[in-house]
Amino acid sequence: MNKSIRGVAVFIGVMFLALLVNVTAGYWIRSDELNEDARNTRVRDEQFGGPRGPILAANTPIVQSVETGTLPYAYQREYLDGPLYAPFTGYYSYIYGRSGLEARFNAELAGTADSQFMQRILDTLAGSTPSGAQLLTTIQPKLQQATWDALGGQEGGAIAIDYQTGAVLAWVSTPSYDVAELASLDFPATQEAWEQFTADGSTVMNDRATQEINAPGSTFKLVVAAAALANGYTAGSVIDTPAALPLPESTHQLTNLAACGNTTKTLDQALTLSCNTTFANIGMALGQDIVDAQAEAFGFGSSLGDGFSSAASVFPTGMSQAELAMASIGQFDVATTPLQMAVVAGAIANGGTVMEPYIVQEIRDSNESVLSTYEPVVFNQAMTEANAATLAELMTHVVQSGTGTAAQIPGFTVGGKTGTAETTVGGGDHSWFAGYIAEKHVAVAVYLAHETTTTATPIARAMMEAASS
Amino acid sequence: MTMPNSQPMVVYRQRRNVELALCLLAAGFGIGGYLITHLNRDAELPANWIPVSVIWLVLCVGAHLAVRFKLPYADPVILPTTLALNGLGLAMIHRLDLSFDPSPNAATMQLIWTVIGVILFATTLILLRDYRVLQGFSYILFIVGMVLLLLPLLPFLASPNNAANGSQIWIQIAGYSFQPAEIAKIVLTLAFASYLTENRDLLQLAGRHVMGFQMPRMRDLIPVGVMWAAAVVVLIFENDLGTSLLFFGLFVMMLYVATSQVRWVVIGASAFAVAAYVIGQIAPHVATRVSSWLDPFSDYERNYQIITAQYGIAWGGLFGRGWGQGRPGLTPVASSDFISAAIAEELGLVGLVAVILIYLLLVARGLRAALTSTDVFGKLLASGFSFVFALQIFAIIGGVTRLLPLTGLTTPFMSQGGSSLVANWLIVAILLLISHQARRPQMPTMPAPVVDLGDDETSLIKLNEGAA
Repeated sequence: MNKSIRGVAVFIGVMFLALLVNVTAGYWIRSDELNEDARNTRVRDEQFGGPRGPILAANTPIVQSVETGTLPYAYQREYLDGPLYAPFTGYYSYIYGRSGLEARFNAELAGTADSQFMQRILDTLAGSTPSGAQLLTTIQPKLQQATWDALGGQEGGAIAIDYQTGAVLAWVSTPSYDVAELASLDFPATQEAWEQFTADGSTVMNDRATQEINAPGSTFKLVVAAAALANGYTAGSVIDTPAALPLPESTHQLTNLAACGNTTKTLDQALTLSCNTTFANIGMALGQDIVDAQAEAFGFGSSLGDGFSSAASVFPTGMSQAELAMASIGQFDVATTPLQMAVVAGAIANGGTVMEPYIVQEIRDSNESVLSTYEPVVFNQAMTEANAATLAELMTHVVQSGTGTAAQIPGFTVGGKTGTAETTVGGGDHSWFAGYIAEKHVAVAVYLAHETTTTATPIARAMMEAASS
Repeated sequence: MTMPNSQPMVVYRQRRNVELALCLLAAGFGIGGYLITHLNRDAELPANWIPVSVIWLVLCVGAHLAVRFKLPYADPVILPTTLALNGLGLAMIHRLDLSFDPSPNAATMQLIWTVIGVILFATTLILLRDYRVLQGFSYILFIVGMVLLLLPLLPFLASPNNAANGSQIWIQIAGYSFQPAEIAKIVLTLAFASYLTENRDLLQLAGRHVMGFQMPRMRDLIPVGVMWAAAVVVLIFENDLGTSLLFFGLFVMMLYVATSQVRWVVIGASAFAVAAYVIGQIAPHVATRVSSWLDPFSDYERNYQIITAQYGIAWGGLFGRGWGQGRPGLTPVASSDFISAAIAEELGLVGLVAVILIYLLLVARGLRAALTSTDVFGKLLASGFSFVFALQIFAIIGGVTRLLPLTGLTTPFMSQGGSSLVANWLIVAILLLISHQARRPQMPTMPAPVVDLGDDETSLIKLNEGAA
């Protein structure tokens, strides 16, 4: 019988080996996923009350964790100017989870990223509490504040990028909300704030700079002009510009501002004066595939952004000629984010090269040693250098003598394009401006949901002024 | 004592002082867990730590003394491993009590059950000098065991505990819940051992060769068939793969030990696999259980217990959060089925592996008693009990760590629950009795007559005649 008892012993050995292998494999394979699960209360509570790394703009914390002196949450997240930075910092709420950079770089901020493995071990050995990494953003607080002030609480969004690198310098959406109210340890108050922010009719949590797409109006003429230059047109090409253009297979007529006259205009003149019928004719002549390809080359249809994600801007497909005519002046179903329009203006000023927008420049651990540095990435070459230079020149005409004179800044080369888009929502048309200030290689785009006595143009000027000072 | 030269004999040492030292070490596990929990949580020792520690030490030393005086040749490792596991369980149940306000005070109840268990353990050692008196009631024991096993199916005994994880293996009498399967495992192991001691030669030799495979006689298949049917009933109606596997696996394994014939394992394993597969296909609640095992996240609400236990294990990581510093109380009824998850959360992968190895040590020592035992009944009993422990640990820890579908079995000596604790202490008492019998010096004047019917032609002829 001893032989069979030994057989049983071997079998039992196999069962125990299976147990040991399973728990060990579970530790290596399943732990990370389980610890990152948002429903994992243990990790959520620990991280929520833990020493999370700060988010900095120009080496100054805009978000940081401060000690509370009480348990169970030893640290509390502090948002130094919550409404100003809300669109990109996002919130870190016990109840509602994380958004924005707080979500995207959660592992780094919490100190649980793979790149911080050695640091964790050293901290554990040294007996100190491991703390999270710091996020150094590309945001310039002065420019951010100037943009906020210029928007003056009107519904809208604005963005500024360094078009040579893609670094986002300002990212504002108004009206905004105070992130700190969602991060409070007073959970009922958090809940109240959330209900208020998300109530019917409240749009404070909408990010109009990168997440909302709206009809760009005439700023889209930049894309059509780029397509035209790439397809045989020159700045001096003469195009039919009737005062009223009957749309094919339609009873509607497309009309112009009085300054455009009723004969012909060169491409240069048409852009400067923002003549609708000229660009409708160009768009219909090029065909929707060519305009679409040019839009995509600038980033339409892509979720732009490295380290954050934005809503993809839309150029519709399968349009009738009438619809294409409307789309060519940024109406119909064309919809963009201010980020996309800033990228278009920036690429034109940057010799046609589209840089991928990014916001996190560097990640450092709590001892200031660099964990990673962002290297600028080229998204695409959207235009030839020559065509880009031509179009950039035409954009300066808009500011010098066209619809964008309100954007002039003495002593600086400023180019741009204004836009007005009819909207079905009451309260006035959308107002847009997309442009650049060459000496500072900064591109800006401003979107105002409802044009009043002010338009987007002076807001853009205020931003470029802040960038130039 | 002088031995005749013609009969070489192994004389085992008593090693009672080794056992005492190991018992004190094992007592330290429980006390250590208890004190560290309080130091970690409150930075001070609990008010009554001295009396509590003294009670535990007295219990450990008391159990040791019972063995020292009654079974001086018993294995010196079995009792310390038991005490270590029981102590860790008590400390963890106490620690889980602290997670709740008001405290359910389950640890006090568990300590009382431990005292009862140890007293029954000592009583067994004192009264039952020779375990062989248990041999010979196979059919009565079998019927009693079956009744116990199927008791949870009676609706008027339904226990609220059954709802917790979907299996129906608890009963409730006069307000007290317990798992009759815990008692059934002792009764049925005794029944199987008795039956097989009497019938092993028949099972071993009778039958005919079919295509190189020796088929057993139909009548010898009847007990296998009965156990198989019972396993199927448990699987379908009690919805517990672990319990079903435990008893059927126990029987098949003891058949194998008794006959040394792999055919019984092949027949048993294939019959069980076919049944489990067919039932899994046709019974929706069994299929649900399988999906809870393979993909618990597909139904977060229903599988909340196993999911949150996985969170705890993952959060514990390699070294655990430390005694009292995790949050094992987030897992519903963590002190019962999921105590191994609580261990993993606070003591880490390292702690859980250590606990599994302590179990392995206990099982290995039980098997050693089976190997050294000189009589068939003792061998069957010791290997049967060892295998029951092994299978139970495999099923429950495997279930908690998602190696197997979750079962409602208890973690021996650690899970909260009196029936399980008392039953397991009785099993340890019997294992120690067997090991003492096996290791004590045999009187040279009464050599055990070695009867091996396999080499005895006369007996063989008689058997065949009887079969004809």
